[in-house]
Amino acid sequence: MNELIFFLNKVIISGATLGSVYALGAVGVTLIFGILRFAHFAHGDMMTLGAFISFMLVGLFQAMGIQTPLPTGFIVLPFAMAITAGLALGIDKGFYEPLRAKGVKTVTLLIASIGVTLMMQGLIRLFAGTATRSFFENETKDLFRFKLPIEGVKRSINISEPQILVIVTTVVAVIVLHYFLTRTRLGKGMRAMADNPSLAQVSGINTAAVVRATWIIAGSLAAMAGTMLALDVILKPDLAFNIVLPIFAAAVVGGLGHSYGAIAGGFLIGFAETMAVFNWAVLLRPFKAGLPEWFPTDLSLVPTEYKLTVAFIILVVVLLFRPQGIFKGASS
Amino acid sequence: MSLLEVKDLHGGYGGAPILNGVNMSIDIEDIGVIVGPNGAGKSTTLKAIFGLLQVTDGSINLDGDEIASMMPDKLVPLGLSFVPQEFNVFTEMTVHENLEMGGYIRDDDLSDTLEYVYEMFPPLKEKQKQNAGELSGGQRQMVAMGRALMSEPKLLMLDEPSAGLSPRYMMEIFETVVNVNKSGVGILMVEQNARQALEFATKGFVLAGGKNRYTGTGRELLDDPEVARSFLGG
Repeated sequence: MNELIFFLNKVIISGATLGSVYALGAVGVTLIFGILRFAHFAHGDMMTLGAFISFMLVGLFQAMGIQTPLPTGFIVLPFAMAITAGLALGIDKGFYEPLRAKGVKTVTLLIASIGVTLMMQGLIRLFAGTATRSFFENETKDLFRFKLPIEGVKRSINISEPQILVIVTTVVAVIVLHYFLTRTRLGKGMRAMADNPSLAQVSGINTAAVVRATWIIAGSLAAMAGTMLALDVILKPDLAFNIVLPIFAAAVVGGLGHSYGAIAGGFLIGFAETMAVFNWAVLLRPFKAGLPEWFPTDLSLVPTEYKLTVAFIILVVVLLFRPQGIFKGASS
Repeated sequence: MSLLEVKDLHGGYGGAPILNGVNMSIDIEDIGVIVGPNGAGKSTTLKAIFGLLQVTDGSINLDGDEIASMMPDKLVPLGLSFVPQEFNVFTEMTVHENLEMGGYIRDDDLSDTLEYVYEMFPPLKEKQKQNAGELSGGQRQMVAMGRALMSEPKLLMLDEPSAGLSPRYMMEIFETVVNVNKSGVGILMVEQNARQALEFATKGFVLAGGKNRYTGTGRELLDDPEVARSFLGG
């Protein structure tokens, strides 16, 4: 029983947290791909940017003496999302839109986004320094321990406040996004443009407005994902650049351009990573007496430092057997 | 003044000009049919009217508004609709959503128009929750026409609506075109099946080399031995 709870803490809760962050990032990537047909490489740094904006807002809130029962980093989230969405619109206006107007190939846009990512990394380090920071310098990170009322169970189910918040917020965001895409005119217009851009234009859909809506959604979700990740782990300038590749893997695995696929892909890769680094031998401990002596004590599939490779193994396998992604994507 | 008045239209995709002086005039009670050999500029004419390519010279007037080089998102509210020949449905959206996208520019209630479209295309009513990509070619064409009618156009332009359809479906689509016209929508269409289409055309245009070669009523063109020999295969 103790071992199962350990599994729950290490795999299920961590996987759901990581999967939530991946899902929020991958949805942004996949929406941008669906509408503008390019891989937005700067998405990771947009997440980091959102997290730093949240961090500055937290400083502002604390200087103003605002106290909240929830972590201040979570309370400032709507503002950080709005600011990041505005910056995303500005980045599009300044860098990508002039290129699109010239009718460049999508690979040019991809390379432009690598330029944007390097620029953002530089600017973040210029203004915020290279130090590692925590959202919990002036407040405590609550950890909830749930003891099961069973005899002999010593271990408790542990979940931190940021973990609860990221999972709950992601579920809410997914529901809101689903409602937006299936019930609102602009949301359906977005799906129409991802489905068939020239027919969307022929139908009189204002494609420029759809592009703006895409950046607003992608930017807000990036700020949400970045802030949540920083709340859960730590805030550093390379916070999200390191996870931009698994996020792309999640988007591709789910079928590029397919929002629900991206969410599924995000959780799939999140759980796969935590499962791959989990030491399965732990679950066999109760039967230790019956196991031969040569039986290894560490049964994790890959060491923690190679966690990232898991995303790529899944990506390669999916691309080999189902190249259009789990769901049929816009790229097919 | 006619609903659509095209005068001396020149244009192309930026390279060599494709249209070298197209003239046509369509009224709301008209069914205009454009025929002609491959590369005559038939589809290009529709695309030029719909703002999808560069108009270099000439004028296009829709119900009193000069619309040359206007983009579709401005033209649809003015009462112009276009059904492209290929890729003319949103495959991963339901039939119902496809129709809603046709009415995207409207702020009022769509339900009356939806009912009108479902009446015009009864098979679509049962399939309204299905993705348009799962439908047969003929039914897709119905979705495409239905989508274009959702904006309540004054003039509906169709690019080869019968392309790739069986003769039965072709006749069905042509019947619908006539019915749509009777409900008060002007029609301008490009058609490969020239003979059948000219039978019901009130105006026919034979294009060649990007300009009008013959213009007349459908009957006149069918009865003209010159047109029959050169353009309708004897």
